[in-house]
Amino acid sequence: MTKKKGIEVSIAIAEAAKLARVEVISAYPITPQTHIVEHLSEIVADGELEAKYINVESEHSAMSACCGASAAGARTFTSTSAQGLELMHEILFIASGMRLPIVMATVNRALSAPLSIWGDQSDVMAARDSGWIMLFCENGQETVDTTIMAFKIAEDRRVLLPVMVNLDGFSLSHVIEPIVLPSQEDVDTFLPSYNPLFTLHPDKPVTMGAYAMPELYTEAKFAQEAAIRNSKKVVDEVMEQFGKQFGRSYKSVETYNSDNTDFAFIALGSICENIKTAIDDLKNEGKEAGLIELRLFRPFPEDDFLKAIKGKNRLAVMERAMPGGATYGPLFNEIAAIIHTHNLNIITENYICGLGGRDVQPEEFIHVFVSPKKGTNMDVIGVRE
Amino acid sequence: MAKPMDQYKWHELNVGCVIEEVGNAREYKTGDWRSQKPIHDNTKCTRCSLCWLFCPDSAVYEVEDEYFDTNLDYCKGCGICAKECKPGAITMVEEER
Repeated sequence: MTKKKGIEVSIAIAEAAKLARVEVISAYPITPQTHIVEHLSEIVADGELEAKYINVESEHSAMSACCGASAAGARTFTSTSAQGLELMHEILFIASGMRLPIVMATVNRALSAPLSIWGDQSDVMAARDSGWIMLFCENGQETVDTTIMAFKIAEDRRVLLPVMVNLDGFSLSHVIEPIVLPSQEDVDTFLPSYNPLFTLHPDKPVTMGAYAMPELYTEAKFAQEAAIRNSKKVVDEVMEQFGKQFGRSYKSVETYNSDNTDFAFIALGSICENIKTAIDDLKNEGKEAGLIELRLFRPFPEDDFLKAIKGKNRLAVMERAMPGGATYGPLFNEIAAIIHTHNLNIITENYICGLGGRDVQPEEFIHVFVSPKKGTNMDVIGVRE
Repeated sequence: MAKPMDQYKWHELNVGCVIEEVGNAREYKTGDWRSQKPIHDNTKCTRCSLCWLFCPDSAVYEVEDEYFDTNLDYCKGCGICAKECKPGAITMVEEER
């Protein structure tokens, strides 16, 4: 039951949603998310999963249907990418504001224009402040495990927030990896059925999504903010519990070869694998570089991050999104704010890389390590000038 | 509501601002929004009930002899009743407070 088998990561995520016994799925197909929802649709049509698959005409409707299903008390799953996430954008805030524990696999893809179907993280970065808990995955096994954990985090009474499971388009979604799919019994033990706090039911009518006058809106948003900030504790608990039960441990902030290094890369998602290869290559040459990998991006794990950068004198923030006119990339700005408010004196550099599906090879990370950029501006790796 | 809106602290709100109390919109007097109010002239009224039917706030109610009047606690002064009234029995007049 728990043997590794070669499976496409997208298919594995659909299987993870099945193992989580999702009750409602509503999604609209978009590359590179398509295989996830296609496979779930097959699973439901074949009667392998007792769930309602709601076909819709757009992502706006998909997320709206998910909100309705979740409000009615169903365990709800969806998935999207890029333009699809943008079309959902309005409803993302409604899902988080109404505290609906929807789980969404976001297969990160570049935003048009120019039209690109390939991977980067500009889609999720444009939605980063939507009040969703955001987790990032490095490899296929993590996507499966994170999807299962996401439901447990989202549905915890102390949380009740939607959770986004981010994975890089193609470089993760479309590769075949050796993955362990946990047994149904083990997942059932880990993840009991969803017991909602409030539901839309005629036996006990309630109002959801009412409007708030200026006298109440601030308090309502403050309560929501407190919920996402406090969810960090639950994220840690769930990751620890998962590790105990399944033997694969996760942390909000992971480090690689970073305990005694002066320098560390900071990154999200699948590029961390290439960074690790670069770090190993550097080690062979007697050079020491570390990696700080953020599995949790919202809420931002500030305390864990501060521990991870202790003793560092140089950080290279690698990110797969253009700032769109901001001072620096979105991840860098978070980190710069933490370093500034804690009066830390660390050289912090921003590198934009891997846009629109462009590969970033280990040599390029090695180059970042050995030749720090000049000046204070962000660098765009590999741009032809 | 158990108390006025401006007295709730953030941690006293239900998760997701769910309202458990049924029908408490009644306590919120939206008539405060009004700048014009409808005046019914029963000498012109044919008792067709279109004002009652069209009122988006259900603020029009039936009075004696099947005529109609408006509950000013909830009438927002939108003027739909006056617009729909074929014999012109409803007039919107400026309201001074």
